[in-house]
Amino acid sequence: MSLLSIRNMKTSIGQYAVLHDVTFDVPEGGVFVLLGRNGAGKTTTLRSIMGLWSPSPGSVTFRGQDITGMHTADIARLGIAYVPENMGIFGTLTVDENLILATANGKFDKARLARIHELFPALERFRDKQAWSLSGGQKQMLSVARAIIEPRSLILIDEPTKGLAPSIVAAMAEAFREISRTTTILLVEQNFNFAKSLGRDMAVIDDGRVAHAGTMADFAADLDLQDRLLSLSV
Amino acid sequence: MSNPMTQTPANTGTMMVKGVVALIAALLLFAPFLFQDTRSLEVAARICIFIVLVASFDLLIGYTGIVSFAHTMFFGFGAYGAAILLKQMGPGWTPVILGALAGVGVSLVFAVVIGLLSLRVKAIFFAMITLAAASVVLVLASQLSHITGGEDGIIYKSPDLFKTATKLAVDEDGKVLRLWGVRLNGKLAAYYFVFATSLILFLAMLRFVGSPFGTVLKAIRENEARAEAIGYRVVAYRTAVFCLSAAIASLAGTVYAVWLKYTGPDTALSFSIMIDILLMVVIGGMGTMWGAVIGAVLMILAQYYLRDLMGAAAEATANIPILPQLLAPDRWLFWLGIIFILLVYFFPKGIAGTAMERGAAKGGGA
Repeated sequence: MSLLSIRNMKTSIGQYAVLHDVTFDVPEGGVFVLLGRNGAGKTTTLRSIMGLWSPSPGSVTFRGQDITGMHTADIARLGIAYVPENMGIFGTLTVDENLILATANGKFDKARLARIHELFPALERFRDKQAWSLSGGQKQMLSVARAIIEPRSLILIDEPTKGLAPSIVAAMAEAFREISRTTTILLVEQNFNFAKSLGRDMAVIDDGRVAHAGTMADFAADLDLQDRLLSLSV
Repeated sequence: MSNPMTQTPANTGTMMVKGVVALIAALLLFAPFLFQDTRSLEVAARICIFIVLVASFDLLIGYTGIVSFAHTMFFGFGAYGAAILLKQMGPGWTPVILGALAGVGVSLVFAVVIGLLSLRVKAIFFAMITLAAASVVLVLASQLSHITGGEDGIIYKSPDLFKTATKLAVDEDGKVLRLWGVRLNGKLAAYYFVFATSLILFLAMLRFVGSPFGTVLKAIRENEARAEAIGYRVVAYRTAVFCLSAAIASLAGTVYAVWLKYTGPDTALSFSIMIDILLMVVIGGMGTMWGAVIGAVLMILAQYYLRDLMGAAAEATANIPILPQLLAPDRWLFWLGIIFILLVYFFPKGIAGTAMERGAAKGGGA
């Protein structure tokens, strides 16, 4: 059984239909990558899964439970974390406050916190700093750290490498590899090399529809398909 | 290990603001001994109560981003609760406690109903609904004169302990004892009742905003969708803080009613009080708690003493053309407006907010 199943999802923002018919399954474990051109509907797909926009019609099923139309907060409490495109941190709060907000009972699991500090040492160094004062890469680290401060079943991550320096991107890839050993990641990414290095399964969204779904290995090998769906020259 | 939820980066601005607040607290603590006249004690008591009222409003507007015009309504519920029972039952602690409980109870009912019905809509609609509710209650207080005393309000006696004739301590001749020239009588007890309850309520709010709940509120203020995406139901939190804020405003109303021994629409429900609260929170700085203290002190001092100050200034400049006319005491509201504009211009986030922000900026980032 898939961890997450999306069936015939249609989402409109105001008068505009962004997703027309999105159907794909995210299996448990590893990294599932959602690819697509700008404006294809990848972010809308993630936001629809989180209940930030309501898909109608269509359904989202998580571990066999229909979560379509559920409140965003209730979806989050099922063990789904969301790392939005713009990092989604709270700038006026300190690094530690940002993290503790995402804990279940307002207390840190010391072992998990230590693991996070091992993955992202800057977050330990600046734990009492207000988050607005962090660099772009550190903000992204904080955003990801917040998603893993509690055990989650699924993490939705939207374009985590956007605007980051290559060294930070490499560190981020290493962190995602580590996280994906215990948690399923649904990753939206424009950087195909980054996505290819992490993804096991994938889907391509084009004009609000799933244009292709399969394994990353097969997709990476098919240059014609890449060119047609992503207009990429790899 | 220190609690990470209460840690905030120390900076010179914050230290300065806290120093000023500590000084104000010390002045208020010794106010009866430092300023030995009735008017000064009246001003000090009003400052204490308004610090609580403004801080409770700051919980809404500063920490959660909720704009409510019903804050004086909750203040009025607390004041009228105590006033009606003190009038009906006579002076004593029972009517004060029952009045406080009744005020808090009615405030909570109104806050829950208004909150659940309207906190999910846009901020402007919520503000309009609170304005409508406050207007209805103001009209009701004026119309239901057999209960509320109508426009005339209610005059009553406070508990015996607070009577001016009450001797807290006596000398060998049986006369009221004086300490540093101040009579230890019921008036002094009344002031310290106001000071102590205000201090307790303010410290409780300070503790609350430093708690994990307070951190969630700050997160909601910054970005509702993000807060929901990590598992917080924004409407529930907003309703909860609206209820808390209403309950504290109601208790402040009860304390004011006990101090004033009079409750009427002008002292407990009028929109001019609401405007004062808004000005105080803007002058002091939203979302800081300390700003409520600074805003309340400056505004109340200006309301009570600006006119006197201008009279003295007009006299001192009597030989200079135009200036005495400009500084005529009757123009105090004009100058208060000028001061307010200057404060907003030079302290866009209020005095406390701007000072703390500048201090944090100087402290540097990561």
